[in-house]
Amino acid sequence: MANQWVTQSKAAADAHELKRPVLKNCVKAFLVGGLICTIGQLVTLLLILYFPFTEQTAGNPTVAIMVFFSMLLTGFGLYQKLGQFAGAGSAVPVTGFGNAVVSAAIEHRSEGLVLGVGGNIFKLAGSVIVFGVLSAFFIALIKTVLLQLGVI
Amino acid sequence: MKTWHFQSLPSIVSSSVAAGPFEKNSPYADYFDTFFEDLYMEEKSFEKAQRKLLETSVQGTLQKAGMSGQQVDCMIAGDLINQITPSNIAARTLGIPYLGVFSACASSMEGLALAGALVDAGYSEAMLTGVSSHNAATEKQFRYPTEYGGQKPPTAQWTVTAAGSVLVTGNTADSLAHIEKATIGRVQDINVTDPFNMGAAMSLAAADTIERHFNQTGESARDYDLIITGDLAAIGHAAVKDILNKKQIHLSADQFLDCGKMIYQGLDEVQAGGSGPACSAAMVYGYFLKLLKEGTVNKVLVVATGALLSPLTFQQKESIPCIAHAVSLIKPQKEGR
Repeated sequence: MANQWVTQSKAAADAHELKRPVLKNCVKAFLVGGLICTIGQLVTLLLILYFPFTEQTAGNPTVAIMVFFSMLLTGFGLYQKLGQFAGAGSAVPVTGFGNAVVSAAIEHRSEGLVLGVGGNIFKLAGSVIVFGVLSAFFIALIKTVLLQLGVI
Repeated sequence: MKTWHFQSLPSIVSSSVAAGPFEKNSPYADYFDTFFEDLYMEEKSFEKAQRKLLETSVQGTLQKAGMSGQQVDCMIAGDLINQITPSNIAARTLGIPYLGVFSACASSMEGLALAGALVDAGYSEAMLTGVSSHNAATEKQFRYPTEYGGQKPPTAQWTVTAAGSVLVTGNTADSLAHIEKATIGRVQDINVTDPFNMGAAMSLAAADTIERHFNQTGESARDYDLIITGDLAAIGHAAVKDILNKKQIHLSADQFLDCGKMIYQGLDEVQAGGSGPACSAAMVYGYFLKLLKEGTVNKVLVVATGALLSPLTFQQKESIPCIAHAVSLIKPQKEGR
């Protein structure tokens, strides 16, 4: 008898569940994500035009500048609002990584600089770094093998 | 377990609600007593701010009753934060003998039921009970940092930043309401694993407690002007209505209310509605007690709902166990017994 109500309750809850508006979210993510990347491209262009950077070397300072922008927006409480609107559009670009790092640092400031900020700053972004390094390792391994075999 | 019948009808003599800045936008803000201008409330952390909310609410309740902490036998309090520390530390400040309780967001009615029982049984003459929750402290513990830009699904709920408390004494004519009966809930689990869909997870717990309350008291929906759930919000509340219909308990739309749906009515950014122990406490101790006091309603059943998960259990893929405690309140009786 008890199990019957578990099944029926789950069915009732599922019937009322509000589905995520996937298509709308995709469109918003595309527009905001695209806008962030356009700003990034503009930064790259300015670095090449007005500073001693080339197309090859402008990448890293661009990332640093974009993370800096995201840090400011996070600190002023604006990135979170952008995130609710844009979803993946603001989470996937490097600004989302910056937001994950900075928001964790702000949040855990109350537990001190070492254990609080230091210990928690990569709470969310840590897995990005771990799996980023791990996948880079495997890609490099595949490239090395292919080079040795003379395929590329 | 049988429903507790409080023969002496203990009185709720005063109440007070302290709330955060966002709660000022609530359509029921007029019924809350104190507001803080920002989430930190002049404290160094959100956890300290939450403690301040409870302290402010308890002091407000004592002040309205014209009593000091020394005249209170015991305080029952609870919250959602690790080891209920905001309640523990508020109890240190207040210096009142203290019992800490945890039923997640159902802690409000757990506290009220216990306070009623202790007064009714004659162990205590004056009991304080209250709960608190803080949006940012809860987000920090259960979800993501406050400023993290994650997108919340439409089923997500918004933890209420507030604290509500009441003073319960033996029966007196000069009261806001009387505590009549209480049904303690059973833990129910319908295999929901998504912590962003807690209203749905709590649906069976609420329906089960309402059904047991009616069966054990011989009462029906007709005996109550209002049946008020704690924080089921849009999805959970609709689901409970369906489950109750299948159990042949039919509640009308204007009789069956939910604090989670009401507290942020008309505010889009909260998704499905409010949550947190202070959601039911703010609405019941702020708004519904006023209705009882005025005699607008004669009798209400408050069913506070709680999702008993921890950040660890959902990461380990445990489904969400839930509970609901029901307390029935009646309007002040002219002649005290």
